[in-house]
Amino acid sequence: MNIHEYQGKEILRQNGVKVPKGIVAFSPKEAVKAAKELGTEVVVVKAQIHAGGRGKAGGVKIAKSLDEVEQYAKELLGKVLVTHQTGPEGKEIKRLYIEEGSDIKKEYYVSLLVDRATSRVTLMGSEEGGMNIEEVAEETPEKIFTEVVDPIVGLTAFQARRLAFNINIPNNLINKAADLFLGLYKTFIEKDASIVEINPLVVTNGDEVIALDAKFNFDGNSLYRHADVVELRDYDEEDPKEIEASKHDLSYIPLEGSIGCLVNGAGLAMATMDTIGYYGGSPANFLDVGGSATAEKVKEAFKIILSDAHVKGIFVNIFGGIMKCDVIAEGVVAAAGELGLEVPLVVRLEGTNVELGKEILRNSTLNIVAAASLADGAQKIVELVG
Amino acid sequence: MSIFINKDTKVLVQGITGSTALFHTKQMLEYGTKIVAGVTPGKGGTEVEGVPVFNTVKDAVDATGCNVSVIYVPARFAADSILEAVEAELDMVICITEHIPVLDMVRVKRYMEGKKTRLIGPNCPGVITADECKIGIMPGYIHTKGHVGVVSRSGTLTYEAVHQLSTAGIGQTTAVGIGGDPVNGTNFIDVLKEFEADPETLGVVMIGEIGGTAEEEAAEYVKNNMTKPVVAFIAGQTAPPGKRMGHAGAIISGGKGTAADKIAALNAAGIEVAPTPSTIGETFIKVVKEQGLYDQVKTHAEKQHV
Repeated sequence: MNIHEYQGKEILRQNGVKVPKGIVAFSPKEAVKAAKELGTEVVVVKAQIHAGGRGKAGGVKIAKSLDEVEQYAKELLGKVLVTHQTGPEGKEIKRLYIEEGSDIKKEYYVSLLVDRATSRVTLMGSEEGGMNIEEVAEETPEKIFTEVVDPIVGLTAFQARRLAFNINIPNNLINKAADLFLGLYKTFIEKDASIVEINPLVVTNGDEVIALDAKFNFDGNSLYRHADVVELRDYDEEDPKEIEASKHDLSYIPLEGSIGCLVNGAGLAMATMDTIGYYGGSPANFLDVGGSATAEKVKEAFKIILSDAHVKGIFVNIFGGIMKCDVIAEGVVAAAGELGLEVPLVVRLEGTNVELGKEILRNSTLNIVAAASLADGAQKIVELVG
Repeated sequence: MSIFINKDTKVLVQGITGSTALFHTKQMLEYGTKIVAGVTPGKGGTEVEGVPVFNTVKDAVDATGCNVSVIYVPARFAADSILEAVEAELDMVICITEHIPVLDMVRVKRYMEGKKTRLIGPNCPGVITADECKIGIMPGYIHTKGHVGVVSRSGTLTYEAVHQLSTAGIGQTTAVGIGGDPVNGTNFIDVLKEFEADPETLGVVMIGEIGGTAEEEAAEYVKNNMTKPVVAFIAGQTAPPGKRMGHAGAIISGGKGTAADKIAALNAAGIEVAPTPSTIGETFIKVVKEQGLYDQVKTHAEKQHV
C-alpha cells in the first residue's frame, strides 16, 4: 500500500525525522491560506499523486508570492500528470502539498528496504541525490553504499554514521544525519514498511539535514496491525476494479490488452498471460481467484473482468488441485448466464473432477468453447478475439 | 530415494484443528503420509482423524518422535509456529500459510541461523515424494514415481508441470514448492544441491517467476555444480513493472527481476527454458533425449490427454 508524500512526512515528523513544514490543500483557496500560514518567502507547491517523477513531469512548482501559489494551484489541481511511473494515462492531481522552501546546499539519496538476498533490512545511501537511483546503480555503482541490519540489534549508531561518512555528508553534520537514519529505521520497523525512500535528503545552508521527499510503501500483509496506516489509504489513487477485487479477496491487476483472464494460482495466472502473448494476443488483466474459490467468487471475478470495456473475450484457465473443477464449472455457467455474457468465452479445466466439470459446461446452453490444454485455450481465445 | 521426505517421515500438523488443516490432513492420510501428531494450543489430549493432538510442538516430539512439521495456522500466528518448530529441533518445517508479514520472516530467518531445522516456504504448496509422502496442499493423483526432481516458486504451475511429465510417461522423485514470498526458508540452490546428490533423481525441472534474483543465482550454481540436466520455465514474461503479481515476491522493481533477465541468465548457463508453460514437459523430453537419458526417465506409458 502506498501513501502520499505529505502523509509520509507526517509519520516521519512523529518519529523525530526532520522534514520541512507543510500543509495539505485541496483547492487554490486552501493553498493560498496554507502559504500564508507558513509565511516563508518561498513556498513549494507539490502535486500529491502515488507516483514518482513528479518534479520532472512539472508537478512541483516554486512560488515566490501568494499570487504565484494561487496560479500554480489552479494550474495543477485537476490536471492529469504523466510521469515515468504513472503509465501513459497519467494520474489526476486532487491534492497539493504546500511546503516551505528549503535553502539547499547539496542533495543525497537514502532508503530502507527488505533485501531478498540477505533476508535483512538494508539501509542504502548515495551522494547522488535527486537522481533516479536505478541509473546511479547502473552507471556509478561505487557511489551506492549499504548497511545490512541485524534484526536483533536493529540499525546501530555506528552503521548510521558509517553510511553518513560514506556518502560524504559534511563532518559537522554526521551526527544529525545519523540520527535521521536511525529515525527512518525506527519508522520502517514500527510501521511494517517495505520501502522508505528519501530522495532527496538535503543538507541546507543553515546546516540542517532534512528529508525533502518521502516515499513510503507498506507491506500489505501487515496492515491488520496498523489501523493508523490503513486510514491513510487514498482510494482515488487506485483502480476501482482493483478495490472491488480486493474486497472479494481476488488478486487482480488491470493491463492494457483485450483478453480477460480468470485463473487459479499466481504463477499459473502469469503463465496464462504469457501464453496469450506468445500466440499474439494481449491480456486485459492478471486475475488469481486463489486456491479456495467458490462459485460466488468466480461470479465476482467475472463481473470485474466484464466491467473493463477493453475486454473482447475471456479465457478461464483452472488447474483444480484442491479446488474442484465441477464447482468452477458451475460458477462459470451461473456467472455467464446471469451477467448475459456477450463476448467469447474459452474454458480450460484440468485436475480434480475434471470430467464432471466438462459435462456441466457441455450441458449448458451457453456458448462456451472448451479447451484441451492451456496452449489450446490460449490459441482459441486469441483467434476468437481476432 | 528422494529428497527431504519419504515413506518413513513422521509428520506433525501444526494448527491441525483448523478447517483447512483438517481437510488436508485427511487428504495426506489418504495419500499414505504418516501423520503422527497434531498441535493446537488448548486442544491437547484430543484426537483428529485418529491423530493425537498436543498443546505444544515439544510435547508432540517427545511423545511421537515426529521429525517434519507442516504449518496451516493463520498468517498472524504462523511466524511463531515456525519458531516453535525450530526450537523443538525438527528436521524440517513446511509452512503453507501465505500473507505472513515480511518483517516477521526477517526475524524468523535470523532466529534460524545456526539451528538444525530447514524451512520450506512460507506461501508454498508443500513437498511431495511420489507414492510415499505428501505434505502440503498439492493434488496427489497427478504425481507418479520416477526420476525427475521438480522445484518451483509457484503452486498451480508446479501441478501444470508435473501433470505434463506424468502424462508423457515421466515420473518424479520429489516436487518441492519453495513459495512465492520475498523472504523464504529454502531457495532454488538448496533444492538443486539435494537433487544433484540424490542418486534416484536424473534430471530437474525448475520453475521460476519474476522478482528478485534467485533464478539468476541458481543458473550460476547449475553451470558450476550440476551434472544432471535442468530445464526451466519463467512465469511473468508479460507482467508490467512495479506491480505485485499475486505473490508478494513476484514484482519487477527498479528494472530488476524481469523474466527476460532470468531467461538470459539461464540460457547463458546452458539451461534450456520452455517458451510456454504448455511445453515444459516436451522441452524436458527433448533435453533428456539429447543427453541419452530418455529411456531412463521414461517410467510408464503415456496417458491419454483427457
